[in-house]
Amino acid sequence: MTSPRTPTGTTTGTAVQRTTTTTPWEELVTSALLGTDRRPPAPGPGGREGPVALLDEAALRTVRHRAGLLPAEAAERPERAPADPRPPLPAAARHRLGHLLADRSAPSGGSGRRGTAPDLTELLPQWLASANRHGFRAPSVLLPALLDAARARTDLRAHVLGFAGPRGLWLAAMNPEWKFALRGAPGGSLPSDTTDPDAARRLWEEGLFAERVALLVAVRRREPAAALALLSTTWSTERAEDRLMFVDSLRTGLSGADEGFLEEALTDRSRNVRATAAELLSALPGSALAERMAARAVSCVNPDRTGGAASIAVEAPHECDASMQRDGIVPVPPAGRGERSWWLGQLVEATPLAIWRDRFGGRSAQEIVGLPVADGWTEELHAAWCRAAVRQRDPEWARALLGTPSTPPANGPGTASLAERAKLLATLPGAERAVWVADFIAAHGLSEAFQLLGVCAVPWAEPLGRSVVDALDIARDAGSYPWSFSGVMGLAERCLDPAEADRLEVLTATPDEPEGAAPGAGGYWSEAFQRLVSTLRLRSAMERELTPGAP
Amino acid sequence: MLLSHGGEPSRTAGPVARWTVEQVQALAPDEASRKAGARLASAGPWSGAGHGPAGEVWGLCKGSGSKPYRTVIDTAGPAYRCSCPSRKFPCKHALGLLLLQASDDAAVPPGEAPDWAREWLEGRRRRAVEQPGADAAPGPADPEAARRRAERRAARITGGARELEQRLADLLRGGLASADQAGYGLWEETAARMVDAQAPGLAARVRELGAIPASGPGWPARLLEECALLHLLDTAWLGVDRLPDPLAATVRTRVGLTAAADGAPVRDHWLVLAQYDTPDGKIVTRRIWLYGKESGRTALLLSFGAAGRSPGQAMPVGLTVDAELTPFPGGGQPRAELGRQFDPPATPGTPPAGGPTRAALAAYGHALCEDPWLDSWPVTLRDVIPTPSSGGWQLTDADGTSALPLAPSSLSGPGLWKLVALSGGGPVTVFGTCGHRGFDPLAAWATGEDDDHDGRPVPLV
Repeated sequence: MTSPRTPTGTTTGTAVQRTTTTTPWEELVTSALLGTDRRPPAPGPGGREGPVALLDEAALRTVRHRAGLLPAEAAERPERAPADPRPPLPAAARHRLGHLLADRSAPSGGSGRRGTAPDLTELLPQWLASANRHGFRAPSVLLPALLDAARARTDLRAHVLGFAGPRGLWLAAMNPEWKFALRGAPGGSLPSDTTDPDAARRLWEEGLFAERVALLVAVRRREPAAALALLSTTWSTERAEDRLMFVDSLRTGLSGADEGFLEEALTDRSRNVRATAAELLSALPGSALAERMAARAVSCVNPDRTGGAASIAVEAPHECDASMQRDGIVPVPPAGRGERSWWLGQLVEATPLAIWRDRFGGRSAQEIVGLPVADGWTEELHAAWCRAAVRQRDPEWARALLGTPSTPPANGPGTASLAERAKLLATLPGAERAVWVADFIAAHGLSEAFQLLGVCAVPWAEPLGRSVVDALDIARDAGSYPWSFSGVMGLAERCLDPAEADRLEVLTATPDEPEGAAPGAGGYWSEAFQRLVSTLRLRSAMERELTPGAP
Repeated sequence: MLLSHGGEPSRTAGPVARWTVEQVQALAPDEASRKAGARLASAGPWSGAGHGPAGEVWGLCKGSGSKPYRTVIDTAGPAYRCSCPSRKFPCKHALGLLLLQASDDAAVPPGEAPDWAREWLEGRRRRAVEQPGADAAPGPADPEAARRRAERRAARITGGARELEQRLADLLRGGLASADQAGYGLWEETAARMVDAQAPGLAARVRELGAIPASGPGWPARLLEECALLHLLDTAWLGVDRLPDPLAATVRTRVGLTAAADGAPVRDHWLVLAQYDTPDGKIVTRRIWLYGKESGRTALLLSFGAAGRSPGQAMPVGLTVDAELTPFPGGGQPRAELGRQFDPPATPGTPPAGGPTRAALAAYGHALCEDPWLDSWPVTLRDVIPTPSSGGWQLTDADGTSALPLAPSSLSGPGLWKLVALSGGGPVTVFGTCGHRGFDPLAAWATGEDDDHDGRPVPLV
């Protein structure tokens, strides 16, 4: 029964090492496969034959083979992940992240009641932003779950990649499912140091499109003029789509220094490039384009002195000549709009708002917006001013066009569109924004406030938070169903100042149902408030866990 | 090695280490409970929560009904009691309460247990003290009848083993190729015959043979190997009287005769290395791997749950328990039964010493001498680096040219990527099972200063 056992050599990637004996193992397998009747195996030791002898021999070989396994030869080792100098997460925060990630795939109330427990998935972006602000390093064991989360939700990617850091990228390179990470967060995946002009120049000339955009954005953020210089070197040879992306990246750090370049781009072969250049120029109130626009606009919009009271007379342009088109005015209106009013809207939008004060005898923006407009041009003119205020980021005009928050949107100045109002609001300073939206909610309730709340800074300032909570309380007392407010509730869970939790506690009790209320609504309301309170508590716990040195 | 001294179970009065979130999550019977528990892990639904000095935790959880559920946990067990109707064990309320305690100290303050909790806790502890006495008089009422029953069963198994031998011989005579054509039916029928013969161990092996022809290239060799090992087991059973004692015990266990754990109890500080469930037909098998700090032994606790119910025993990974383990009979097998526990679960232990890949394979080979049917053996690899290789992954020695391929089954789960992330291309210590299919990682420890886990094992399953 003894036979020499010699390793047949090492094969990479497997621990299996066959040993040679009198009858090769392969022959035994063949006999077994075809049957010992058809292919009798060579007589085993002791001259035994037949299937039982084959099984005996195979059992011996199997056990001997398994007992004599040798290690395989090592493949080439992966490179070490780059070191991450950021400090590790505090233990409590690490556990919290584990929680948030574990809950990610759980159904989050898509159907039926949402229950009283916080919706952890919605808190993940906030947690990541906060962890990045504090500059912590991601726990390596959670990297796979983080990358999986970012793979499923594009809105998480920038946060996750920042948090995952160099080890995250190192890991993502090993798994094709995480390829998205290598395409990179903007500026995050630059192959070389952008502060070295020569390296930047080389990358700009030889890099892939995505790398070049990332490079341009990075340089622009640090040194706007250098980015412009870089772009000018190759501008005439770029493709039209690329030119559009590059010119758009000048939006960052836009200044009078860019005017010459943009003015030249007004004659670009591509219409989209021309339009973008014109838009950027009109956002520069001192530019030559803005002056040309102003000259055109004042011939159309004038104080009307024919009547007793001051009012505005509008004479829309009669044609859209070549010079207007060169300055970015689109000659053909969309279906259903008159061409003259279309041209007027574009002219006023691109005209510096500052000229109107002189034009209307030194009146303030608020006074001008308050003037009556002749011949039913009010809506058209105000809408154009709204767009101009947004484009030129002019808070005085935005304030005037928003009007007082208590005026019903349909009767106020400016625009009735909530989306436009949200944009106007975004040009106001944060605190003023919060107060305006708070007053708006106090006057009109929550049903129209959703978009406006979206532009307010998180966490909501004190008056705004109070006003939202009061409005929810009023809605409950009025007997409405809470799911009519689920959008605002969800926002409140994420945006309300966590310090409000204690004040909200009283609302979590199930109230007696008032006369005429929707049946059962009370229970749902108390559930919704419980969730709100527990989410706020959770958020404050999250923040506390991430704050070094906090108790 | 510390052996049992038979003293009173002692309870330290000092503060008991809280369980971590990971440890609590490891207790969950299934994924659904884990998520449900996480949802209850905020202060919102809880009232009257508190914990006692010996690891008791209690609280009232507001559910959908008018009365809150009363939840009590004795972490020294661990044991759970909840007034909810759930048949999961532990239920989501117990998990939620433990998670709350793990993540928010203030929500579960120290205090005096309320009456409803104390009643159960005290009853439990009384029983724990009394139990050794009750245990002392085991054994069947009528030893003579039991002996006759055992003989009858042995005779039936012998009949089954002979039949199986015949079928294997027929199969080999006609060729394994016919097994491919016959599909599962042939094996299912044979397995059913073995169940009739009261040899569940043989039946399970036969059933596994049925899956091999569909397992990809190289199946004839694998099928021959497994047929041969089955034949070896048959032959061993038919001659079991002539085998030396430990080997005979192994053969009995492999055939499917259950034996009571009757070895000498080993008391030690046991570090929980891994806990995972595998579905096994109609039952769920839970495996808990323990490592004895003093004895250096690795032990396996098996528990079973019937359809829809999870196995009762649960031990969070990374915990160290001071307890007695009673080994099962049979040569060189790691299975044991959890006996008495002493102090409440305490702080982390150090990882097993471990060795290089070559030593791991040698340990498997050595274990095969005592149990040739072993598929794998628990080992710890020290300073290995997860490395991608052609078509898979391997663990390479940090200072050498040897490597162990990972078992194909371990390549698909999330454990592989956790392991790779933990290593970052550097050496890690890995516990797992090493066998002829490769290495199956179960837990890992980071080495070096960027360890986020304070020396606790990171579960990979």
